[in-house]
This record gives sequence, structure tokens and C-alpha cells, in this order.
Amino acid sequence: MDHRIQLVAVFGALLLLILVIELVRRRRLNERYALLWMLSAFVILGLSIWQGLLEQLAGLIGIAYPPNALFLAAIFFILLLLLNMSVALSRLQGETRILAQRLAILESDHELTSENDEDS
Amino acid sequence: MADRKLVVIPAYNESDSVVAVIESVRDAMSESWDIVVIDDGSDDATGSKAAEAGARVVRTPFNLGIGGAVQTGFIYARDRGYSQMVQIDGDGQHKPAAVESLQAAMTETGADMICGSRFLSDDYTYPAPISRRTGIHIFAFLLSTFLRQRITDPTSGFRLYNRRAIELFASDYPHDYPEVEVVMMLHQHRLKMKEVPVKMNLREEGVSSISTSKSAYYMVKVLLALFIGLLRTRDRQPAEGA
Repeated sequence: MDHRIQLVAVFGALLLLILVIELVRRRRLNERYALLWMLSAFVILGLSIWQGLLEQLAGLIGIAYPPNALFLAAIFFILLLLLNMSVALSRLQGETRILAQRLAILESDHELTSENDEDS
Repeated sequence: MADRKLVVIPAYNESDSVVAVIESVRDAMSESWDIVVIDDGSDDATGSKAAEAGARVVRTPFNLGIGGAVQTGFIYARDRGYSQMVQIDGDGQHKPAAVESLQAAMTETGADMICGSRFLSDDYTYPAPISRRTGIHIFAFLLSTFLRQRITDPTSGFRLYNRRAIELFASDYPHDYPEVEVVMMLHQHRLKMKEVPVKMNLREEGVSSISTSKSAYYMVKVLLALFIGLLRTRDRQPAEGA
């Protein structure tokens, strides 16, 4: 593999890793979501450092030009991360709905009690 | 607190009809029924008009959609120990007088949910666009096949629930376009449903929650939900009541 590609890949993966760790350190990213990001960065980093591994992987699935296997791995992780995001979004949506429902009922109770207080 | 029953009226921007619905419920139904209007984040005066008409109003902070609104009713009913709950839509489609026949069917069959069907009587007239009727009949056919029970109107929201159904749906109710999925959920949890023939009014005010542009999404979403529902395993025993 061309050394320039390797250099860019290693550099990119390292940058991603540092960024993720920094975000977790500043508590702007939950560990819960950071894990998958870090796994992605590690795998990309590993594959770009150990050329042999990448070539083996490429050979195994019939990719003639090994860096394409790196792209494939990256795309795979991107899809995984997006799916992870949709799952998180669905969960949040469900939780928001429950909060809204409980709040609605509580507010209605509250209105009723304060009206009764005024009456008495 | 013996045997209290609850009418849930979900309403989204129904300020023109909600008062009439509340009054018709009061006129047609006995005093043992409490009324709660779920104002689902309306932009108009639905909530204040309902309150002026003397109904208990629960306002959601933003629009949850019909599923979220009705589930609010289930939670309300569960937490306050209601033994029965009936859903009557805020647009005036459902006739409160027919609730009696739903109740009679519940007593008679012991089913957990009684559903008012527009298509069960011989002389039904439901002047909806052919596309919508076709959709309803497709769902009805699929559900009848899956459940091995004749289902004619799975999109009807005019339903009476007993305590067991209230508890199930308070904890888990489909988000949008819930009616069809609910039939599937009952089956999964081994609760029983039964249909009785009812006539419905044509909606006088407002628009159906399902506009033409959304009906394609509606079909696909509900079909997906039905087929995924098939992949879920059925409970061995009916869900526990209380």
C-alpha cells in the first residue's frame, strides 16, 4: 500500500481517537456512545498500521487493492455508528414521551388542587 | 370507589367540536363515567374550551400523536384505578350512546377489549374514499388470517377496555397509528377482543389524523409493524391484571 495512504489513515484514526477521548474527558460524550467510536478508531488504526493484516483481509474477501478494504471497514463502522444513533434516538423519543405524559397528568392534578385551595 | 369508569377523549385542534362531544357524552352516558380530555398539544383553544365545558383536561406539553395521547389516557386510568375505559374521539365520529352496546358485549363475552366496527352490520355505509376502505380491508384480512378470528374494522378507535387491557396499554402502546397494532398486541398477550357493530358519524370538523400524503407511510408502517409483530413470541399466559 502506498505510504501516503497509510500515513493519512493512521493520522486520521489517531485524530479520531484523541478527539473521542478528549470529548469523554470533558464530559461532552457519554462513555456509552464513546465505546463504539473508540472501537472503530482502534480497528481502523490497527488495519492501517499492520499492512499484512489489511492485505490478508483484502485477499480473504477478494479486494484487489488493499486500501479499499480499509474503506470497507470504515463504512461498516459508520453504518454501525448510525444504527447505534437511531437506537439511542428511539430510546430518547420513548423516554421523552413518557415524561410528557406524566407531566401532563401531574400538571392537570396540580391545577385542580390549586383551584380547590382558592375555593377554600 | 366501586367500579369507576373513564371516557378518554383525545383531541388535537378540535376546538370546534370538542364541547359538543363532551356534551353528547354527558347526555348519553350515565354518571358513573368520568370524562378526561387529552389535549394533545393543540394550537387552538381545544383545551380551554373543554375545561370551560367542565371536563377534566390533561394537556400534553407538545403534540404526541394519537398513540401518545391515548396512552396518556391509559396511564391516567391505570393510576386512578378505573375498571373500564372507553375512547371517544374528539372529532365527534363516535356516538357515545353506542358505548352501552360495547359494555353489554364485554359483560357477555368477557373480552378484554370491545371494538366498535363500522363494517359488521349488514347495512353499513361508510362513505370514505375507496383507497382508505381498501387499506382497512387489507389490515382486516391480514389480522383475521394471523389471529384466526374474524376482524372487520381494525382501524376503529372506538374501543372499550377492561382493567387488564388498561394496564397493558398504559405500559406499552404503539406510538403512531396504533389501532391496528393494538389488535396484534392483544393477541400476543393473550387478551381477547370482540367487535360489535356501530354506526359512526361523518367527521364534521377538522381533518382526520391521516391525510392522503401520509397514508402511504401509514400503510407501510402498519404493515411492517404487523409482520414484525408476527416474529414476537406470544405470552404463555394472559398478562396479569392488577
